[in-house]
Amino acid sequence: MDLINAVIVLLNYTIIPALTYGSQLALGAIFVTLIYGILRFANFATGDMMSFGTMFAVLLTYYFQSIGINFGFLPTALLTIPFAIFMMILYMLLIDQTVFKYYRIKKSPPVQLAMVSVGVMFVTQAVIRIVIGPTDRRFLDGEKFILKATEFKEMTGLAEGLTIKSTQMITIVVTIIVVAIMFWFLNKTKTGTSMRAYSDNEDLALLSGIDPKKVVLITWIIAGILATIGGILYGLDKSYRPFVYFNNMLPIFAAAIVGGIGNPYGAFFGGYVIAFAEIFLTYAYKRFLVYILPESLEPNSLMQLLSTDYKFAISFSILVIVLIFRPSGIFEGKRI
Amino acid sequence: MRNYLNIIVAYSIMMLLIILVGIFQSWSIALTIFNYCMISAVMTLGANIQWGYAGLINFGIMGYTALGGLAVVLVSVAPVPEAWSVGGVNMMTCLGIIILMIFSTRYILKNIQKSNKRNYLIAGVIIVGLILIKIIAGPAIEQIEAVDPAKTGFLGGLGLPVLFSWIVGGLFAAGLAFVVGKVALGLRADYLAIATLLIAEIVVSIIKHEDWLARGVKNVIGLKRPAPYEIDLQTSPWFINLVEKFHSAKLDLANSLSERQDILNQLVIDASSVYVKLCFAGMFLVVVIILLIITQKALYSPWGRMMRAIRDNEEAASAMGKNVVKQHLFIFILGSAIVGIAGAMMVTNDGLFTPGSYRPMRYTFVIWVMVIVGGTGNNFGAILGGFVVWFLWVEAAPIALFFINLFTAHLPETNEIKIHLINSAPYFRFLLVGIGLLLIMRFRPQGIIPEKIIKQ
Repeated sequence: MDLINAVIVLLNYTIIPALTYGSQLALGAIFVTLIYGILRFANFATGDMMSFGTMFAVLLTYYFQSIGINFGFLPTALLTIPFAIFMMILYMLLIDQTVFKYYRIKKSPPVQLAMVSVGVMFVTQAVIRIVIGPTDRRFLDGEKFILKATEFKEMTGLAEGLTIKSTQMITIVVTIIVVAIMFWFLNKTKTGTSMRAYSDNEDLALLSGIDPKKVVLITWIIAGILATIGGILYGLDKSYRPFVYFNNMLPIFAAAIVGGIGNPYGAFFGGYVIAFAEIFLTYAYKRFLVYILPESLEPNSLMQLLSTDYKFAISFSILVIVLIFRPSGIFEGKRI
Repeated sequence: MRNYLNIIVAYSIMMLLIILVGIFQSWSIALTIFNYCMISAVMTLGANIQWGYAGLINFGIMGYTALGGLAVVLVSVAPVPEAWSVGGVNMMTCLGIIILMIFSTRYILKNIQKSNKRNYLIAGVIIVGLILIKIIAGPAIEQIEAVDPAKTGFLGGLGLPVLFSWIVGGLFAAGLAFVVGKVALGLRADYLAIATLLIAEIVVSIIKHEDWLARGVKNVIGLKRPAPYEIDLQTSPWFINLVEKFHSAKLDLANSLSERQDILNQLVIDASSVYVKLCFAGMFLVVVIILLIITQKALYSPWGRMMRAIRDNEEAASAMGKNVVKQHLFIFILGSAIVGIAGAMMVTNDGLFTPGSYRPMRYTFVIWVMVIVGGTGNNFGAILGGFVVWFLWVEAAPIALFFINLFTAHLPETNEIKIHLINSAPYFRFLLVGIGLLLIMRFRPQGIIPEKIIKQ
């Protein structure tokens, strides 16, 4: 019985939150990796692009609510996803045409493109703050919980409760669907294969008649989908605040590099590595240990390895360690 | 002289803009902007050494700035004896353990061949050290933070003159740069950018959350100043006399004695703030000029030519027998040290240390925009970039407000769009700086004042 309680504690406080957070990071990391693999630059506007897509979802949610449309027990924001993605893709293509295209045709070094993306970051951030403002916004409606702690206790008679928020379930399910479709597209369709070929060897791909314009267009479309969905899921789960999205760029980068940048599978995996490391290293294990250890060994302290203040620092430390010992990432990404 | 014409024109326009702010807004604001421009100029000089001379991309400027600021606290604040007596011994032991860890790691690296055994040994040393530190420091930190938490709750500093901390700030930053350089300099450019960005984030989060060190997010206020305090000036007779002489014409217009006294009091208050800022401006100017002379000399020395050669063609330079790795590390340390000095200058100017305010947007990306806009590889360009971009950053809101009012003049005051736009005027600074960066990158990638190579 104690063992089951201990497992429930772990599930409730570490594994489910880590899976949720990891899914959100994974979507962002695949976005970073796609841009890096195919357009060949580190996109510092990542966080703000995700924020931009989410902004439309927030605004549309408010609009839908005001005219009385809702999605039953699911959040209204899910209904707005297609529209937000559409706006996001339009914005990305606009940016690509006005800014990135020039440097791509000139074959500028990646550093220059990265600096340009810093400019895009500033502009995107300004647009977001002017349109929606920097304040914290919650746009979650519908059912908040799938399983409440009290219900769970009544159902099973255990001492510990298990809570599953609807946003956690939605995040995990939507991520699995999106990522599955994306991997199917990259591996099984002709366009996906041509994208991978372009990413592996640009010259060879061009030689075999792959249209670079089409590859770039498809990349931005996929990137727009990933960025918007990742951003909306994060916003539903926590809340929407432009500054936080900018900060999230850092663990997302860490996830992409840890997994092996340029490799979508690595990025997907990297997201979970970062999330699990962050949560497992900052969780206070006292409650867990109380259940599994005999009474004489019960810990007095919180049994917390690091304070939660260092959450971000952990993911960055992992990144630094990976960069030193295996610079191409856990899965083989592009060589540095 | 003709070679320098564009530099002189650009600088004159910049000075004119600041003077215009002085005339239209107030001299106090103009001087605040000028001082911050100067601090930004020092930061851009540092970043320019790394990027312009050597082509190293350092997105960790925020971390070095914060360390410079930390140096001010650790050097100038008076020590807290109670905190030292309850936790000093333990904290010093921890410092000893860290040093011991470093030396034993070095010993293992030198004396044992590269193998799994070596990795395990190093990991073992680090883990044992961390556990020891956690055991020894844990209770001490609690006790230190419990000492009058509203006012102190930290170990305090050394109580030395604050100007000394500028040098210490540089040294701190150099120390961090040495470690970062050793770890990350082998990486390709964009990886280096990400790695340094994240390491800076780690540094700031440590400063933020280790309260025993510098009170963390509780901030340290009332730092020492190398300049006189306004309140002292307002009560010292020589200063009042000076203001009286300066404004005698204006004072003579007063009708009665009491009115004259009122005007004089107001003038003294204004003048004291201007005087203090002038003192800071003088000190900052000295630092900027010294750094400018040194960096100019270095750029046109054999060493500067070697750095450019390494930047433009690493392989060729290393084939000529230049130690690329060593030079990169050296220049990384040098540039970071200058950024550290700027960080210390900034905290001294503000008189308070607020770790919560260190954000990559303001302290890394804006500085980078300054370097790119001003002109990579040219010190005059870097300083100008610091001035131009900081000026835009500060004055963007008033400028945006002016245009918003101009374009929405036909709308009634209650129009929602107008109100919304006026409320979001501060965010136009991001737009202005971002568009500025994009335009410069597109149409003048070498910056306002491009790099000049003197042929010998």
